[in-house]
Amino acid sequence: MTTMEELSTPARITWCPGCGNYAILTAVKRAIVELGLRREEVVAVTGIGCHGRMTNYIRVNGIHVLHGRVLPVATGIKLANQRLTVLGFAGDGDAYSIGMGHLSHTARRNVDVKYIVHDNLVYALTTGQTSPTSEPGFRTRSTPRGAYEQPINPLLQALASGASFVARGFAGDVRHLTMLLKEAIRHRGFALIDVLQPCMVWNRVNTYEWYRERVYKLEEEGHDPHSLEEAYRRAVEWGERIPIGILYREERPLYHEHFPPLRRGSLAFQPLKTPDLTPLLEELS
Amino acid sequence: MVCIGIKDETISFLIGGEAGQGIMRSGSLLGRALMRGGLHIFGVNDYPSLIRGGHNFYILRASEREVYSQGDGVDLLIALNDESIELHINDLYPGGGVIYDEEGKLDPRELRGDVKTYPTPLTGIVKEIGGPRVVRNTAALGVALSLIGFNPETMRGVIRDTFKGREGIIEMNIKALDRGYEYAERNFEGLGCRVETSKSRDERIMVTGNEAIALGAIGAGCRFYAAYPMTPATPILHYLAAHDEEAGMVVVQPESEIAAINMVIGAAYAGVRAMTATSGGGFCLMTEALGLAAMTETPIVVVINQRPGPSTGMATYTSQGDLLFTIHASQGEFPRVVVAPGDVDECFYLTMEAFNLAERFQIPVIILADKYLAESHRSTRPFDPSRVGIDRGELLTEWSGDEEYRRYRLTESGISPRIIPGIEGATMLANTNEHDEYGFATTNPEMVKAMMDKRFRKLKALRREIERLNPVRVYGSEEAEATIVGWGSTKGPALEALRMLEGEGIKARFIQVVYLEPFPAERVEELLSGDEPKLLVEMNKTGQLGSLIKLHTGVTLEHRLLRYDGRPVNPGQICNAIRGVMR
Repeated sequence: MTTMEELSTPARITWCPGCGNYAILTAVKRAIVELGLRREEVVAVTGIGCHGRMTNYIRVNGIHVLHGRVLPVATGIKLANQRLTVLGFAGDGDAYSIGMGHLSHTARRNVDVKYIVHDNLVYALTTGQTSPTSEPGFRTRSTPRGAYEQPINPLLQALASGASFVARGFAGDVRHLTMLLKEAIRHRGFALIDVLQPCMVWNRVNTYEWYRERVYKLEEEGHDPHSLEEAYRRAVEWGERIPIGILYREERPLYHEHFPPLRRGSLAFQPLKTPDLTPLLEELS
Repeated sequence: MVCIGIKDETISFLIGGEAGQGIMRSGSLLGRALMRGGLHIFGVNDYPSLIRGGHNFYILRASEREVYSQGDGVDLLIALNDESIELHINDLYPGGGVIYDEEGKLDPRELRGDVKTYPTPLTGIVKEIGGPRVVRNTAALGVALSLIGFNPETMRGVIRDTFKGREGIIEMNIKALDRGYEYAERNFEGLGCRVETSKSRDERIMVTGNEAIALGAIGAGCRFYAAYPMTPATPILHYLAAHDEEAGMVVVQPESEIAAINMVIGAAYAGVRAMTATSGGGFCLMTEALGLAAMTETPIVVVINQRPGPSTGMATYTSQGDLLFTIHASQGEFPRVVVAPGDVDECFYLTMEAFNLAERFQIPVIILADKYLAESHRSTRPFDPSRVGIDRGELLTEWSGDEEYRRYRLTESGISPRIIPGIEGATMLANTNEHDEYGFATTNPEMVKAMMDKRFRKLKALRREIERLNPVRVYGSEEAEATIVGWGSTKGPALEALRMLEGEGIKARFIQVVYLEPFPAERVEELLSGDEPKLLVEMNKTGQLGSLIKLHTGVTLEHRLLRYDGRPVNPGQICNAIRGVMR
């Protein structure tokens, strides 16, 4: 059995005190431990931003990649080896700005990867600029008059793209977030968990207190996660009340199940030897 | 086999018409039939980027000896519309012939008096047999076969194989072929060119550069291919998608070139041989991830089929304009391999080598081809993957677990053994940030330097390996009076030029730089040390190989034949230029 200690690394954690990333890291480790996953069969893929250091702090397989490109790398890994549990981590800039296109396409394919977005509504590592999820009028160093744009609604975006599992977590509730992560990992297919994550330095609006006054748990209000219509209705809720929990889930064929060569097992463990090209060459004669 | 053309021992056909009239199909049918008849063939297409309308043509050249490229003219023009007569009548050698639909408005006799004309009721034949208008092309092929004295039974076999399973189409094409053939037998005298089949012949395949690259990837055990459609690399995607089961390959069309290369990196990280292909524009989008592959030391293979730029340029034409870009693409400094095949055999064998180099040295390898090579047909001996074999380098499939695995262990060779994620007792951390031996991000100045040095230490063994792979190839006369210097697809026209020059009593040689990065400087310098005049031949504006040679050896190649109108260099142009520099 994997333990919390085994999942720790010697790397010194460099996140700001109070950062929501700590809670996300803890929840991920707990989910791995509670699901009884071996650390060798988990891969973490991280993008660029404060969250990106996750791969340094959790002792599973990891690849820290380019800004916005977590999902295509995660897709390549999953298609190469279905035995791996592939966890993608991204920030809101990563996932919903530069890498937005990949979200829709990975969702519609139903690639069996879990996408955990550390959504703090601000660009933090680049020292405070507006993000695609920042609220209109949000003042940052790049938007001294306040953001001009409407924010993106990542949950709607994921639902509209055919994501088979859509959830929202809150970094102020580790136990709930752990439950969501476990459900997402158990889910067969693509999962998006948008995690509301306070940033202590660059976002003084959407603080722990701000969220605590607003969040409520969908499962406590009898929400039916199998109803797409209900999911859409909950996804647009933002302001006085903000839902957290599983908005939507459905079972759908997995992307990798379509590829005939994978019926022989994972590519990564299929023996590699020089093939006989004769039948292919005969077609050209 | 006997093959007598008008100008030399080769015979050339130009089939022209509108897009949608089956020009490419006719070219490949004719090529395959002549190959099965025992000839060597070369076929090149020319088409604008559209699906219907617009002028298309295909030049097929065949001979008893090897043919490396198109020639400077053609013996027989098969014109499926008036425009083809207008545009190509002057490509005919004196004494050549033109087959055309007698229903057309243009009479080629009014344009040129020194060619034979073969007005044929192509439309009439199609109406008679109740076929679709498009089979005029096959009727015209029937005429062509009669004019050169070639047994149509071989072509019937090719038609049956090409349209296998589509009986109606086979029947219609064979009817059209036979009617065309019979009409010509009754009404026309032969062309004066002659091709006769014989029984003895080597086993041959007719293959494009794209198919050869795809087969090379299959031969190398590539199991993952992701590519966004972009001319002229798309046929690789088509080929692999059609053969994924035989190849055991997962073939994906992702949302962009950025997604393609990042998926490839993901698959390669997970321990699978993986490749993508694109053209210059798509490669622009891939350049950031090329650096990711380098920094994480993930072995990947990228194929770039060049076309003229900048920007969208001309999607369906050819160029060698991306050499320096490819060698320098992505920020920072890192070792990479850039290799440029010059013909279909090199497309196959160098692609196989590319996978071995990528995995052994844990670096990105780029195969730099172009439209002319990628889409042209050539006949050759069937490929033999065992000639290259598979060498995965230091890839561990198990770990004792006694000590913590270090992905970037500082080794003397610079190569740190990889593991396949998922094996017991070890996890692997790859990092886009500069990192320490375990893969943890670092900014420590000693470690940063040590890691950069580690990556570059690989160059020592890499250079040695590339020397072994014969990175600079020399063809022609040892005691040359003139030297042609080039790379990539200019090889074909250059080899044809050598033969033509030999016929004129000029001893020349061709130096082909195959591996362009790391640059085989010593070998190139040694080869260029003679006093004979040298001619640089490239399909770009600025002579990029010339710049590289200057950079690495100090040698300036003053004489340049640079073609950058999107069309391949013709052998005759090279001959003229050589005669010019020898004066």
